[in-house]
Amino acid sequence: MHIVVPMKQTVDLVEELELNDDGTDVEREYLKFISNEWDEQALEEALLIKEASPGTTVTVVGLDEVDVDQTLFAALAKGADRAIKLGGDFEEGISSHQRASILAQVIEGLSADLILIGVQSPEDLDGQTGVLLAGTLDLPHVSVAIGVEPHEGGVKVSQEFGAGVVHEIAVDGPAVIGVQAARQAPRYVAISRIRQAMQAGGLEEQEAPEAAAAGSGLTIRRLFAPEAASQAEMLGGDADDVAARLAQIIADRGLVKA
Amino acid sequence: MGNDILVLVEHHAGAVHDSAAELLGKARELAAATGGEALAVLLHDGSAASLASGLPADRVLSVEHEAFAHFLPEAYVLAMAGLMADRDPRLTLVANTTVGMDLAGSLSARTSAPLAAYCIGLEVEGDVVVATNQVFGGKLHAEVEMPGGIASVVAGAFPPAEGAGGATVESVGAPDGLGNLRMRFLARVEPETSDVDITAQDILISVGRGIGGDENIELAEDLAGALGGVVSASRPVADAGWLPKTRQVGKSGRKVKPKLYIACGISGAPEHLEGMRDADLIIAINTDENAPIFDVAHFGTTEDLFDVVPALTEALEAAASAA
Ligand SMILES: Cc1cc2nc3c(=O)[nH]c(=O)nc-3n(C[C@H](O)[C@H](O)[C@H](O)COP(=O)(O)OP(=O)(O)OC[C@H]3O[C@@H](n4cnc5c(N)ncnc54)[C@H](O)[C@@H]3O)c2cc1C
Ligand SMILES: Nc1ncnc2c1ncn2[C@@H]1O[C@H](COP(=O)(O)O)[C@@H](O)[C@H]1O
Repeated sequence: MHIVVPMKQTVDLVEELELNDDGTDVEREYLKFISNEWDEQALEEALLIKEASPGTTVTVVGLDEVDVDQTLFAALAKGADRAIKLGGDFEEGISSHQRASILAQVIEGLSADLILIGVQSPEDLDGQTGVLLAGTLDLPHVSVAIGVEPHEGGVKVSQEFGAGVVHEIAVDGPAVIGVQAARQAPRYVAISRIRQAMQAGGLEEQEAPEAAAAGSGLTIRRLFAPEAASQAEMLGGDADDVAARLAQIIADRGLVKA
Repeated sequence: MGNDILVLVEHHAGAVHDSAAELLGKARELAAATGGEALAVLLHDGSAASLASGLPADRVLSVEHEAFAHFLPEAYVLAMAGLMADRDPRLTLVANTTVGMDLAGSLSARTSAPLAAYCIGLEVEGDVVVATNQVFGGKLHAEVEMPGGIASVVAGAFPPAEGAGGATVESVGAPDGLGNLRMRFLARVEPETSDVDITAQDILISVGRGIGGDENIELAEDLAGALGGVVSASRPVADAGWLPKTRQVGKSGRKVKPKLYIACGISGAPEHLEGMRDADLIIAINTDENAPIFDVAHFGTTEDLFDVVPALTEALEAAASAA
């Protein structure tokens, strides 16, 4: 089985998100970019399948976004067989529709049996890439998966609903699965191993194909910070002052232990 | 493009999901503005046919086929893409649930209809539809224009429709292709139960990724002990195995409404807020002053949780022994 895992670099949400001059995007130039956490879950699930099913190969694919080399080499260090970097100018960010269009063209040439991709990324204004990709390639898809295992020539997917209800679905490949969580937490790989992978090279580079011209169909008017629904009263002072205030607030509401 | 507003009605185990009334309420309002109808789509296998009459829509499009016995993405996509082509609605609304997240993008790619994801606002302004959407984990909102298309709507974004039923029910033939799907439903697995039911607690000390590791959960356990509460968690904490899945609060976890919810190192992503925003008193401890958790909290602090949590435990214990 050949599993392809598209990986995306996305904005680190812990950063302060400043807007660009016309207020239609974040100011990407100064932001920190990290590997999309759900793509890391998808990679982990792919590696779990590989370990359990001899003959499985895993290929990771990423657009040339800030620090993508780090992500792709880390994937190789963790056990991916191939890593492909798609060159192009993505500094301004691209929509999910454009990303899906590029990935669709690349994946068509990879003879994938299974595409595992993060269920979402924090930038999915025009939808999640995985399902857009499935629609573009006319492949079956299951999203919000918390487990993917080989099953009767295809895979068995555990699809998660609210309150912990899970549906098990058998899917014939090739298929696109949007991974919410791998069956176990993504493995850790030491920086030294990533460095080794970097020294060994092995990143395949090719130009990204043109995205379909249609784009997302959305015109962004503005981005803005939401007005707080109920503005929290922020408590000043050091931790002890804050703790004293909080203890008082809790006591005033009669919430202390009898 | 027509003027109707098409709404996919989600239903599970014989009951209509809460999202349906919220989406249909909005659909009726939008249909009044476009001069179209609010069309509810009910995909079912016959056993749920009776749900149609209770839906607050202008018209219910009832499609019956055994492939709709459970949610099966491929079957739903075929049906919805077919209805979108036949009825040419101005807008198609799905809930931003597992079902909606699975369908919306696929439908957008197949029908070339634009898609506004994580939608929390929708208005018609002449020829354009204006959608407001959560992005970057809820830290920002994006206002976008589209000619029409699809919106996946966040839970609680719109008030539920008042008044029920009376809609015309129109039976629509099932689409071709349901006989040779590339997927099969195998089983429904009920959630595990546990000793601790977080939905039944008055006080929850909830920990997020900011807690750093399972070795630090103890800090929250100590505070919970001092307050007579229980420790709950955000999704990453449960996924990492630092606490059991049954302690997870949010969209895919449990919905809770305690008297006191203390969020420690939780950013307040939309999926987390969905599960706890109705708590009576919310206190948030987060070093990022821009974290969306402060949008729903009553009291907040940007001091480090590793300082505040033990200090609060100590203050409560000191007060208790003084009493
Ligand atoms: C379909 C779907 C369903 C989901 N369902 C759920 C769900 O049910 N429940 C859920 O919670 N999430 C759910 N999520 C995940 C959600 O999108 C977020 O990823 C998640 O809520 C983030 O968890 P967090 O706040 O713990 O982590 P983060 O977003 O990483 O936030 C950690 C926070 O801790 C703060 N922090 C760090 N160190 C400290 C410190 N020392 N002191 C104080 N603060 C500190 C940081 O400022 C940061 O804001 C779902 C996602 C999807 C796609
Ligand atoms: N797809 C589903 N299949 C079965 N049950 C579901 C599904 N989605 C939600 N539920 C149930 O519906 C109830 C309300 O779900 P929610 O409003 O999504 O939290 C919960 O008790 C779940 O058990």
